[in-house]
Formats: sequence, C-alpha cells, structure tokens
Amino acid sequence: MTLFGFFRKWQARRKSCRRADRGLLIFENTSEVIQAEIILKEEGWDIKVMGPPPEIQTGCDLVVEFPLIEELNILRSLMGSGSSPLEVVPVTGPLLTPVDLFQIKDFGEHIMIRAANMKLTVEKRTYIIVNVSGGGCPDVPFLASRMIGHSLFDAPSPREIGHTLCGYALDLAFEEMKRKCLPL
Amino acid sequence: MLAIVGTVPDLTIPLLDGPVTLEGDTLMVDGHAIAPDRGTPALLMAAVRASSHLGLPFPHAFLIGDQGLGAGSRELYRHLVEVLPQRLYSTIVFHYLQPDVDWHNRIILTIQSMSAKPRLIADAGFMYAAKMSGQSSAYDLFTPDAGELAFLADETAPHPFYTRGFILHDGNNTPDLITRAYANDNAASFLLVKGNIDYIANGDGILATVSEPVEEAMEAMGGTGDTVTGIVSALIESGRSIPESARIAAQANRFAGSQAKPNPGSHIFELVPHIPSALSEAIHGTPDKGTDP
Repeated sequence: MTLFGFFRKWQARRKSCRRADRGLLIFENTSEVIQAEIILKEEGWDIKVMGPPPEIQTGCDLVVEFPLIEELNILRSLMGSGSSPLEVVPVTGPLLTPVDLFQIKDFGEHIMIRAANMKLTVEKRTYIIVNVSGGGCPDVPFLASRMIGHSLFDAPSPREIGHTLCGYALDLAFEEMKRKCLPL
Repeated sequence: MLAIVGTVPDLTIPLLDGPVTLEGDTLMVDGHAIAPDRGTPALLMAAVRASSHLGLPFPHAFLIGDQGLGAGSRELYRHLVEVLPQRLYSTIVFHYLQPDVDWHNRIILTIQSMSAKPRLIADAGFMYAAKMSGQSSAYDLFTPDAGELAFLADETAPHPFYTRGFILHDGNNTPDLITRAYANDNAASFLLVKGNIDYIANGDGILATVSEPVEEAMEAMGGTGDTVTGIVSALIESGRSIPESARIAAQANRFAGSQAKPNPGSHIFELVPHIPSALSEAIHGTPDKGTDP
C-alpha cells in the first residue's frame, strides 16, 4: 500500500471511530422523531436528529443519534412517555442485533447463564441469585449489589434499574434464567 | 508509581485523587472506606495485596461514585485531563468507567503530553472505549474475559452486547479470536485473556497459557477477573516484563482461588486474603508469605 493509501485508510478509520459509541433510534414517522427529540433534549441527553444510513429499510426519513452505551436508560425514558422507537441499531453496524446466544453452565447446586459479557448465577433449590459477574460499565457493580441475595421472583429487573448496555445484557441473562428456572 | 482509575457504585463517594491506605483490612482512599466487593475496588484491593507482598508502595487511586448514568465518569475524565500533565506515573490502569469515545480520546491526548509516558493497561468499560475509538494499539495490555475477547475480535461490534453470533459461537476457539482481534488492530500490545484456559498473547501469537489448578466456581464469582488485573498491574510495576507479569498473575489468581475453595456463591473478599501466598507460589513454587523483592 502506498503512503497516501495508508493515510487515507487511517483517516477513514479515525472518522468512523469517532461515532462508534453512537446508536440510532428509528421511528415510524417524523412526528415521533420530533417528540423523542423533545423528550431526550429536555432530559439533557446528547442527541442529534439526522437522515438514516442506506442500510436502514424501516421507519421514516429521520433518525435520532444517541449515546449507544446508555441505550437502556434512553429506551426507558421514551417508553415512559409512550414514544418507543421501532428499532435501535448501532451507527457502526445498522444491521447488528443484540446477542441472542446464551451459554449455560450447570454447577450442580447452581446454574449460570451468560449473555454477551454478563453472567448471572442462581442457586437451583431456592432460585436465589448468588452472583453476577462480567461486564465493564459502572452500573454492573450497582446491579450486583441490588440483585444478589434476592430470588428470581422478587429481584429488581436490570431493565428497570440498569442504565447501560451491560445492564441490558444482564437483563437478557436474567430473563433467560427465569424462563429456565421458574414454573410456567 | 502505579495509578488506578475507576468508579465505585456509591453516589456518596466524591471525586477521590489520593494514595490508597489500609486501616486494618479496610481499603481507604482520602478518608473514605471503599468496600472491595467487585469492580474497581476489587482490582484496587488485589493490587494493594500484591504491592505489599512485592515490597512496592501502595497504588494511587482516582475514584468516583457512578451507578451507570456516566456523570461520575465524566467528572473523573475532566479531572484527569487537568491533572495528568503535572503527574508522574509509571503505570496507569483504566477500569470500570462509562465508555465514551470523545473522553477516551481526550485522555489519550493528555497522556501524550505527560513528561514520561506511562505503561497503559485497560480493562472493562475503558477497554470498550479504547476499542471503539480505534486506538487499542496505544495500550500495553488489555485483560479481557472470553465474552470481551469475542467483542475485540468482532470488528463491527461497538459493545459486547452487539457481538455477532458466529463469533460468539467461536468462544472456545480463543487463539482464533486473538488472531482476529490483532488482524483488525483491536488489541493492545499484549493480551491476558481470562478464561477456562488463560492466554497471554501478542501480535505474533500465543506466548503462554495457564490452565491449572481449575476452580470451576471462579467463573461465576464477580471480581475474579478484576483481581487478575490488579495483580498483573503490581507485577508490571515491580519491573517484570508484561508477558512474565501476565503469566504469574494468571497463575497466582488460580492458586488464590484454589486456596479459597469457593463455590459459585462465593465473594471476592474470600479470595483476596490468599493473594500473597498465591503470589509466592506462582513466583517460587511455594506458598510462603514472605516478601518477594
């Protein structure tokens, strides 16, 4: 590769990386976009209304760009105001979807479920959550302190008290654990 | 000196910028008691135990309360940008922080203005931001677990939550994921991958593995990865090379786990007291409690 070619590739990578921590909220119509923009700006979120990338085939011709890490928190705000988006996608990969693979490990008296970078462990006999591990966002230690020691029946849901994508991943593990352990 | 940067899940903890001390078994920073349950406090406690054993001064801590809204992390980032140019640290560890590419890049620029560039270690949220920013190669060491390695290996994923399924399926093929992470410039100079088998690697390939003793329950315990990162940070600070430090840390963490005899409901404070003897065993082959120069 020539020096110019290398520089161009490096510049393109830097440019794309600058927005790598952003996500897009996709809505049915422009009114919903405007409503979401008002709600999120009032709450002080760093958001921007823009045109969608060509990969996005659903929704209207405007999307809201937002800090992706805080997806869980932002979705909760919008849901509370009756303004849920049709879809949420990362800017760097509009076709990416949340993890849907769960790894399950049976320790005999305990069972652990991993979703992405988060692991949740429950005592089988009592359904008590005994451990939370993995993750790297600051709500993980907070969620662990609120969930450990509670049963799957009465533990707070990470979807309700978490804030970040790590919290969202823990919620997937939590819901999968409930599906596995709790009677229908 | 070793500096450790991270958050604690307690909003009453203000921005702390001070040396770590021990009062009995309680970790103290600037007059505040920090409970070493998991996350950055667990890393700090492991680094303190290892530093004490290695005859090193205790680390310097930059901490703040943050429960995931990110306000604490951003206040800490602002503070670092102000103070780092006047400070001298040989190693800085970045840990549980709200991933934010803009702030990450400002921190890296600030570090470049320091009179002597410290060795840089990243784990947890700051490692996510490093990968997202495309600047992983600015770091000397990343310490991911298996799920985080899959994220580093997936060049399109902005967070482990979006790692593609076909890469997660390869979770048992750690060497391939390491190769893929390096091929896309999404790894630090060295990787210490924490898992059923611990891998120490660089861009040339696998340098070492550590697989014994096995305590299955450690995978479920919150904080076992944080203690490895704390131990390796102290070993690097002691002057050992990064690959040697990584191998010893992985081994010592396994020995500490083996001595603690955990179950999946055990907590990290049950493992931490075993770190000094485990370090001795990893360095000398015997679990005595003497100081290793």
